[in-house]
Amino acid sequence: MSHPYMANSTKDMKQEMLNEIGVDSIDDLFSAIPSDHVTKSEINLPPALTSEMSLKRHMKGILEHNEDCENNLSFLGGGIWQHHVPSICDTVVNRYEFLTPAWGNGETDHGRLQTWFEYASQLGELVDMDMVCLPVYTWGNAAGHAIRMATRLTGKKRVLLPETVCPERLAVIRTFCQPEEMENSIEVGEIASNPKTGMLDLDDLKQKSSDSIGAIYIELPSYLGVIEAQAKEIGEIAKEHGIEFIIGVDPSSLGILNTPASLGADIVVGTTQPLGVHMHGGGGLGGFIATRDEERYAYEHNSILISAVRTIKPGEIAFERTLLEQSSYGLREEGNDFIGTSVFLWAISNAVYMATLGPKGFQELGERIIRNSHYAAQEFAKLPGVELLFKNNFFKEFVLCYDGANKTVEEVNKALRKKGIFGGIDLSREFPEYGQSALWAVTEIFEKEDIDRAVEALKEVVTK
Amino acid sequence: MTKVAKQIDTGYQAPRWNEPIIHEIGGPDRRGMIFPHVDSNIKNQQGDIDNLIPDGMRRSAPADLPEMTEPDVLHHYLRLSQQSIGMVGINLFGTCTMKYNPAVNEELINQSEVASTHPLQHPDTLQGTLKILYDMSDMLSELSGMDRFTFQPGGGSDASYTHACVTRNWLASRGELGKRDEIITTIQTHPANPATASVAGFKIITLPLGPDGYPTLESLKAAVSDRTAALMVGNPDDMGIYNPYIKEWIEIVHEAGGLCFYDHANFNGVMGRIRARELGFDACMFMLHKTFGAPKGGLGQGLGAYGCKEELVQFLPKPIVTFDGKRYGLDEEVPNSIGKVREFTGGIHILVKAYSWIRAMGADGIKEAADISVLANNYMEKRIMNMRGVTRSHDHLKVRRMEMTRFSLQQLYEDTGVTAEDVQARMTDFGIDAFWMSHHPELIPHPFTPEAGEMYSKEELDKWMDALEVAVEEAYENPEFVRTAPHNQAVHRIVTEELDQPDKWATTWRAYKRKFPKN
Repeated sequence: MSHPYMANSTKDMKQEMLNEIGVDSIDDLFSAIPSDHVTKSEINLPPALTSEMSLKRHMKGILEHNEDCENNLSFLGGGIWQHHVPSICDTVVNRYEFLTPAWGNGETDHGRLQTWFEYASQLGELVDMDMVCLPVYTWGNAAGHAIRMATRLTGKKRVLLPETVCPERLAVIRTFCQPEEMENSIEVGEIASNPKTGMLDLDDLKQKSSDSIGAIYIELPSYLGVIEAQAKEIGEIAKEHGIEFIIGVDPSSLGILNTPASLGADIVVGTTQPLGVHMHGGGGLGGFIATRDEERYAYEHNSILISAVRTIKPGEIAFERTLLEQSSYGLREEGNDFIGTSVFLWAISNAVYMATLGPKGFQELGERIIRNSHYAAQEFAKLPGVELLFKNNFFKEFVLCYDGANKTVEEVNKALRKKGIFGGIDLSREFPEYGQSALWAVTEIFEKEDIDRAVEALKEVVTK
Repeated sequence: MTKVAKQIDTGYQAPRWNEPIIHEIGGPDRRGMIFPHVDSNIKNQQGDIDNLIPDGMRRSAPADLPEMTEPDVLHHYLRLSQQSIGMVGINLFGTCTMKYNPAVNEELINQSEVASTHPLQHPDTLQGTLKILYDMSDMLSELSGMDRFTFQPGGGSDASYTHACVTRNWLASRGELGKRDEIITTIQTHPANPATASVAGFKIITLPLGPDGYPTLESLKAAVSDRTAALMVGNPDDMGIYNPYIKEWIEIVHEAGGLCFYDHANFNGVMGRIRARELGFDACMFMLHKTFGAPKGGLGQGLGAYGCKEELVQFLPKPIVTFDGKRYGLDEEVPNSIGKVREFTGGIHILVKAYSWIRAMGADGIKEAADISVLANNYMEKRIMNMRGVTRSHDHLKVRRMEMTRFSLQQLYEDTGVTAEDVQARMTDFGIDAFWMSHHPELIPHPFTPEAGEMYSKEELDKWMDALEVAVEEAYENPEFVRTAPHNQAVHRIVTEELDQPDKWATTWRAYKRKFPKN
């Protein structure tokens, strides 16, 4: 009997192939491995569940120990959010043709390449940029690559970024910038922010900006949810000193918020997860990088660029990878950073999502998010001891401080969990200056009654 | 020997849809997704949306996206999916280990217990995920002999990068950071190793191949010094050649004071037979989207599981999964950690699929998969080597290749002018997706590298070889026909010469319209 996944695991098949080769046993085929390399001890793994029925039962038995954001009301965000994923996104990415292979060539994988091109084309419209590569692992990775791209472009190895950058992303960016002992180390300077508005302290930025800075990186909205309304001025400061201006964006805001290009960005990065990808416990992340279609930028992209191209048949358009030689596939350590298996399947989901929403869908999405979040923030702020920081200037996330209620975020969240609510992310460790504060995320999935339920629950917790 | 088939009939007919670019489809006011109205009480309270957005921050013009109904979007992308052969055909894409991605795993991860979990949920609400993270580390440790695995790296490259970063922290802990600044690799080791080590700030020494398909011991001895930080190496390599001196290599590097990292990209041929730690390696990497049954998704999402010996565990990316016998937790307080290479704990849905695959296979099944993949490669090699114009790398080596063989069509090219790309394209006419040729640099001229794996039946492998044989024979009889292939695909042969020209490349539709305005 064969294993269900392996056609050649029957005795007859193995024998037939051995006969064809002309050897007696499979072990004879492993003559290349010296005997002292071969393990002497048994591989101890749990017994095989070769029946799909048993396997499914086992797996479901483990997974049922998870709670999730559909059976609970989740206000968790901070770089990954529960947005609505249109069903057709799942239908398309679960197509076996898209899901399972590595890649083909331009002719055999035409459909995937066109879809990738449409991912880049639609994202290019959202951010108002002409050149978009295939996504990298995450927003943090995209920011790291963009910062390294900027330092290559300018030859300057100092960058500035807000002190309020998402700690998860900052950790990734710091890894990319390397410790100072390394020759290619990039010095990361932090820009102070105004504790009242959550926006950058422009005086501090001006003081730190100089001709020795290679990049200024800001996020829009910021990790703390704030819409950086001074983005244009920041871009002008960058320009004055020949600094590359990088903006990181959450594309779910781009139906209503200004495009990064119009704010002066030279390089735009951000997350692709809100564009039709489930959270998957953190597996749904993806990061994009977009630039102007200029040679100086084109030659610095590290990921794969898909170009429209002609075929030998007049008038026919196909798609193929361009500038692949400059990547690490082409040049190894001399290539631009590195590339490998990334999150290209998610680019397909992103393409379907953007086409499904269209321009009006993105407007509605942005409007629904900002109205929901403002309503929630305003209602939460009415509760005794709960303070809304950075009033009236946020998109989908906002900060609530519980200091007045004399509660820790941990206590609040524990009590909320019992009511089936995942409260906002605890900021007290990473941002102690804001006291016992939490970052609440409110997306389009919520109806008014969900928000009202959460407000009522928080009320019970803080007044107890 | 099977009789040479001059013609094969797989019946394959590529779908051709002439599907326009999505921007050219649709029309004004068509909608694919409508969001519910915002509650009127909320709307009335807030007034115009401009009240909520700071001055100058409102988008001035809507994004120029297509306006389409849901079925129009769906049909467009279904047609495009049909224009990707992928693994519906026979796909022996060497170095990528094409294998079955069980359907049940897709069903499992599309459930809300995986799909709708947030990584920052309280650990008490993620006990299932954390158990899988913890147990998976144990299972991979069993296969490799390592002590602990992290699942944060987003792919194989990211795992190599993790190793370069771990090496840095290890050096720092010994006061050697900045002193040991060289990483040694081989020309046949995947480009991601030198590339990521370079990003991490190391200088790269790349060993060339010796006469037997791997660098000589002498070249390694000449390369190591008190500046050696690590060796990053794959084995067997992409030519299917196993380096029998790998233990000696590790001794040499250890003696010089460096770490040894095993890029286990080609684990499929040696699963269950060797353990990285027993060979002496300090750390290794497995690609769960490749060797462990999770799908590749057209290059991702992937997951590079990075494992190391006890001494290096303190440097792993954070958070660390903990277990006190009753409850699983996450520890962010890891003082010597390299920090993070990717946000959060990792590609959880990939992890679930790989865990499920290991459970479905068991230890015997995993070893059997390795056996079958080596058996099938040797079976294929026997017939392919009898084809006209085909040779293999390092033909003088009498030891057998492992799970793949690097062949060359140099002779065919000399005889007919037909290239490996031409043969590759011609084979696709039979529903066989393009074969892998080689990573750069191409050390073997006109290379191709099929990898049979354990999934495909012998009949399917035979069909693949029939197609190769037809293409090779045609090269001798009608080279022009092969040179202009494919003849049965969604589009014709691409004119690649213009791809790298700044005035011709167009990576978005808006750039294309600017560069190629319609008359």
